[in-house]
Amino acid sequence: MITAILLILLAFMIIGSIIAIETKDLLSSVISVGAVGLGLSVVFLLLGAPDLAIIQVAVEVLTLIILLRVIITREDVTVAHRYRYAEVFATSAVLVFGGIFIVFAWVSFRQLPEFGGPLLTVAREYLGSGFSDVNAPNLVTAILLDYRAYDTLGEATVIFAAIIGALAILRKTGRIHDDRNDIDS
Amino acid sequence: MTGMTLIVKTTTRLIVGFIVVFAASVILHGHLTPGGGFAGGSMLACGFVLLLLAFGKKETHKVLTEPGAATWDSLGALGFLCIALLGYVAGVFFTNFLPHGTPFTLISAGTVMWSNIAIGIKVAACLFAVYVVLAAFRASES
Repeated sequence: MITAILLILLAFMIIGSIIAIETKDLLSSVISVGAVGLGLSVVFLLLGAPDLAIIQVAVEVLTLIILLRVIITREDVTVAHRYRYAEVFATSAVLVFGGIFIVFAWVSFRQLPEFGGPLLTVAREYLGSGFSDVNAPNLVTAILLDYRAYDTLGEATVIFAAIIGALAILRKTGRIHDDRNDIDS
Repeated sequence: MTGMTLIVKTTTRLIVGFIVVFAASVILHGHLTPGGGFAGGSMLACGFVLLLLAFGKKETHKVLTEPGAATWDSLGALGFLCIALLGYVAGVFFTNFLPHGTPFTLISAGTVMWSNIAIGIKVAACLFAVYVVLAAFRASES
């Protein structure tokens, strides 16, 4: 039952991604990206990962708002040049490499254990003694912020550096305003 | 950016408090229920963005300015780092040095709740800042 729902959602997400890539209208493209993200959050929910589902919904909404604002405010028109030979070459290259990937992925995924099957050594350790070690009923948070807090510190540093970089590049103060070379208008 | 119509403003005034309270609840109960610092922080950022979209720049700057967001971002990151460094009190980096308390209560699990609060503040401020610089005051303002 859950497998059928997951397959339907997967098809929905793949169709949404194709629409997002292929459509000419940027607004429709952004809305398709949002639909794919919401489908992904439902998939997380069905697979029993509510933490990820919550994060996916919240971040997806924020990303969608940012993209919509940018698209509505800036009226950019993308002009697609279509060269027949280059396109044929690109498509055939994608098909060849996709085929090779699918063949090898099929062979190697057959070797993997069953979905959610035998627990790995580390996971068994976490699941067995996580609650008594940390006293946190939410094991995901216990792993993120106790066992692997160093990892989380790295993630936080990455986000921090990215935001500082964005603020530094896109800042207003310190920019010389010149009407002739105003890239904003 | 001057804000939207009266209908949007009234609805936002009703809703935004609930968003902030729910985000705070998700952050504070990160070690008990699904969610945590990142999820609650992005919800909080969504609340601020809603405020900015509905009321415009001037009203939102009474709550949080762009340098303020950068400051809170840095404070959250430094707070998380301080929690990590305070682990040296009990031994190594990131030791869970606080008493673990009884499970299923709010004050439990040692440093996990405080890390969640720090990450929540950091994520909320930085996502709001990135919204402001990327999308809010571009072509319409300058």
